[in-house]
Amino acid sequence: MDALQVGSALQPALHLPFLPRHLYRAASSNERRLNFWRSKELCLNYIQDALLRKQWKRAAEFLTSYIESLEKDFSTEYMGPSEIIWRVGTEILCNHSPSNVREFNSFIEQMKTLGVKRYLKVCLEHAFHLLCNGRIDEAYQNLSLAESWRFGERTVTQDKEMKLIQAYRGLLDYYSWSNKKNILLEYEKDGFEDMSVEQEMHGFFRKAAVNLKEIIKIPGVWDLFVKSYVDLLEFYGDHQEAREVLTDYAYNSKFPANPNAHVYLYQFLKRHGAPKKSLISALKILHDIVPSHELMIDFNTMLQKSKKRKRRRLGLEVIFAVLDYAGWKKNVKAWSCLARQVKQIVISEKHLDWIKQEWNSRKDWWPAFHFSRYLAKSNWQENERLSYEKALVAGVLLGKDCKYFKYVSHHGCKAQVKKFRTLKKFVNKHSSAYLSISGL
Amino acid sequence: MDEEDAGGFAERCAQCSEVNWGLTDGGRFYCRTCHNVIERTREVVSTDVIPNARIQTISKGSRSQKKADEGWEWYVCEGFQLVLKQQAEALEALGVCPQMKDETLCNFWRRYLQKSQQAYCNRPAGETIKTLSVCDSSTDMDSEPEQSSLLHFLSVSESDGDLQTDCSYASSAGKASESTSVCSGSVDGSLYVRKNRKEKLRMSMPMTLSFCYMALLWLKEPMTLSELLRFVVEGHIPYFNAYQHFPEKMKLYGLDLRIFCVESWPVYEEVYNKMIELAAFLDLPRFPDITNNCFLHPDVLCMKYLMEANLPDELHNWTCRVVKKTSMGEADFLTLTPGNKSARKVKYDVLAAAVIVVVLKLLFLLDDHYEWLLSDFSSERKKNNKEGEGGPYFEFKKWYKVIKCTLDVEQKKLDEEKAKYLWKCEKPLFYSVKKKSKILRRRQMVENLQNQFGKLSGSVRPAERPNPSSFQLSWSEENTDGSCFHGHSLKGILQEKHGLLTAINTDYWLCTDELCNEKLCGHLAHYREEDFPKSYHFVLSLFSFLLRIQPSSIHEEVCVIEHKLFNKKLYKKPRYNRSLRK
Repeated sequence: MDALQVGSALQPALHLPFLPRHLYRAASSNERRLNFWRSKELCLNYIQDALLRKQWKRAAEFLTSYIESLEKDFSTEYMGPSEIIWRVGTEILCNHSPSNVREFNSFIEQMKTLGVKRYLKVCLEHAFHLLCNGRIDEAYQNLSLAESWRFGERTVTQDKEMKLIQAYRGLLDYYSWSNKKNILLEYEKDGFEDMSVEQEMHGFFRKAAVNLKEIIKIPGVWDLFVKSYVDLLEFYGDHQEAREVLTDYAYNSKFPANPNAHVYLYQFLKRHGAPKKSLISALKILHDIVPSHELMIDFNTMLQKSKKRKRRRLGLEVIFAVLDYAGWKKNVKAWSCLARQVKQIVISEKHLDWIKQEWNSRKDWWPAFHFSRYLAKSNWQENERLSYEKALVAGVLLGKDCKYFKYVSHHGCKAQVKKFRTLKKFVNKHSSAYLSISGL
Repeated sequence: MDEEDAGGFAERCAQCSEVNWGLTDGGRFYCRTCHNVIERTREVVSTDVIPNARIQTISKGSRSQKKADEGWEWYVCEGFQLVLKQQAEALEALGVCPQMKDETLCNFWRRYLQKSQQAYCNRPAGETIKTLSVCDSSTDMDSEPEQSSLLHFLSVSESDGDLQTDCSYASSAGKASESTSVCSGSVDGSLYVRKNRKEKLRMSMPMTLSFCYMALLWLKEPMTLSELLRFVVEGHIPYFNAYQHFPEKMKLYGLDLRIFCVESWPVYEEVYNKMIELAAFLDLPRFPDITNNCFLHPDVLCMKYLMEANLPDELHNWTCRVVKKTSMGEADFLTLTPGNKSARKVKYDVLAAAVIVVVLKLLFLLDDHYEWLLSDFSSERKKNNKEGEGGPYFEFKKWYKVIKCTLDVEQKKLDEEKAKYLWKCEKPLFYSVKKKSKILRRRQMVENLQNQFGKLSGSVRPAERPNPSSFQLSWSEENTDGSCFHGHSLKGILQEKHGLLTAINTDYWLCTDELCNEKLCGHLAHYREEDFPKSYHFVLSLFSFLLRIQPSSIHEEVCVIEHKLFNKKLYKKPRYNRSLRK
């Protein structure tokens, strides 16, 4: 060897003096010996990896080793091995052999015994799983069993879980009631009468009503429960209660903002012939929360017809707001509503400032959004009616020289569709309206 | 304790002059009339527990049954004795000579018992069992601060599970200063767990492996420590759940778990260091010499590792040269002399691996450039030398490709094995009788679930572990794909100079220019992957896999060898500076 080179040498780690001896050594993370929990941690990594890749058999293979950790899991940790095994096992069984419900049930039964704190939660999720597989009766049995479970003092979480269990049982009771009701109606049609069915039906009603009423008291989103409960109340004629329930569900500030609540209330009011005022007030809030809601069309129709100026004004606002959203771009109904109202305003020559106000915030982007030449072409090709309505609006808002109007009216007249000629005349006649709107 | 046990002892009592003797638990004679205890002890030979007639139990009274179902009274060291016996038998089944079990190990053990005053000695007065301790940490307790309350030892440690539920149970048992079996199946379990600052070595499960290795070394058996540990982990040698083969009547519970239940893989360094301590503790003389034809000699061991690493046989000449040059083949250097504290202790497997690494560095430089150029050069040479004499030339590139693939596959398998490792056995342990039913139910559930998911995954767990083999990787020359490099020639990388074959490579880089002070940092050199060339790391990781130890251990040995090899060049100092060297 002629040359001797020194490679990069690692100097011993610097350390503070007076440290305890065992801290002098540079600790290397690799050198941690393999112990029980470390190997289970590694196992869990492999399980996770296999789950993400949907390799169920491989996940099951590693889970088999992981299950050992149950023998050392007597802790009260929230996410301990018991919980992990329950969740992972469920995932694997559901995906690997979704039809084998018996396997799944036996697995879940074992999971239920794993921890007092977890029992209700496991029962609840088991019930969900059964419901998803259409096993309604089994789910009902499980829920009833869980409901009757008692073990010492209940924690807050367990209280909530119990309430959920009762609520779902109530829901299933409603479902049974609904079935009985349908049978009864069938019988009535055929002229039968069956007391026993009727009794059963009433029985289910009582059970369902109690639980459903309880759950909707708690702030939350209970759409399905509310609907069911209202259905029950309506059938038995308790409209007062139903209305109260729906009003509370929609207006109680403790509950999270829920557009559906207002929809249900509106539908109920409509069903029971409530005055226009209450209908409008119900829909007004919906307009504030979800301007693009499908009920806005009905809302606009209602408002347009109104004699009150304010309401008509609101109607215009509503329909413009609806068309701000991409989902409505090709909706003929919406455009026809807007077109109708715009036309009416233009003809009456009153309240052009309304249109001006609405157009003000939109004139920068609506032309490109709705009235581009490309859209003119595609609208014309796809849907003549749509292009007609849009052309009317475009003609008023952007004038007869705008791309959209020119294209559509030109093609419309060329195709000799009568209404386009009328349209052209109309817009030409009222071109002053455009000038007024555009502020010239 | 019947009168028969006092058996024929008819001397008169010094105090009351009666002849009415009985035996205490400690095996001493006492006068039943006046309760005077005398020095005489009684040794009992019990052959039904330990079939080997040569081993005697420690001196104590006859086995008394406390209650019908509670089994025998037994001491912790008896448990260890059983474990050692099982391990010796397993080693015998692996091919070790029977002498190991019947003579060597057994004698070592007896000597240990004597030195630690657990048996074969007179009990001190007071009939208490002396508490034994270790100086360092042991088993699964990693450097816990020292406390003397029982409560502490039942608290959660890193490697054990949750024992908090039993804390209340333990505290109610109170401090046991005399031998009680309240919180453990064994008589002295609670005392055993307590730590004391005394010089004597306390027995632990990893230490059983130290015993085994010491016996193997004494007999110069062809099994290195890394092999032994690998067999343990593969399940060929009882270690993890060795207690499950204890006799029915030896009940284990409570604190016995801390002693006999192992939940971490044995660490090479730990077992090795304990062995050294043990050898010194037992006042053993110089071990039998490691000579040239002994398996543990670097010349022989290098050959084995070269084969396993799929390297050419011709490299063996080079390893022998390095060994010779650094005088590491000397019997004095290699043989273990427990009394000699200053001599550096030799880890034979690590040494052999390190020698090979040094040889590879000598021939290929391993600086991430040269070895690849040399490989191309070698293949060029082969093409030019078309006569094909001596077979193919060794090319680093080809070797690297083959080994990298294999190593990746094997490492992946090993990692998965670690993750899938099953620690528990059918015989569950429990801390107290109260918990027994709960534990058994859990065990039942675990087995059910394992069945269920085992069927799902379609993997039938093999009942027997794969056959034990000394070689983890094997290469056959019959393979036509050319993946075996044993017969390859080194001609491609050697040149003739002055009639001798020397390496083409004339450079060398040292892993470190100065060795650390072992007393301060615990090692002579430290290893960080990012500081070294990737080829070097690759070679280290290959041997790290084969020996199942950290690359840093091999790296340390490589540094030491290099310093020996280049001693003259390193420590060449001008004379007037000599006094400044430490």
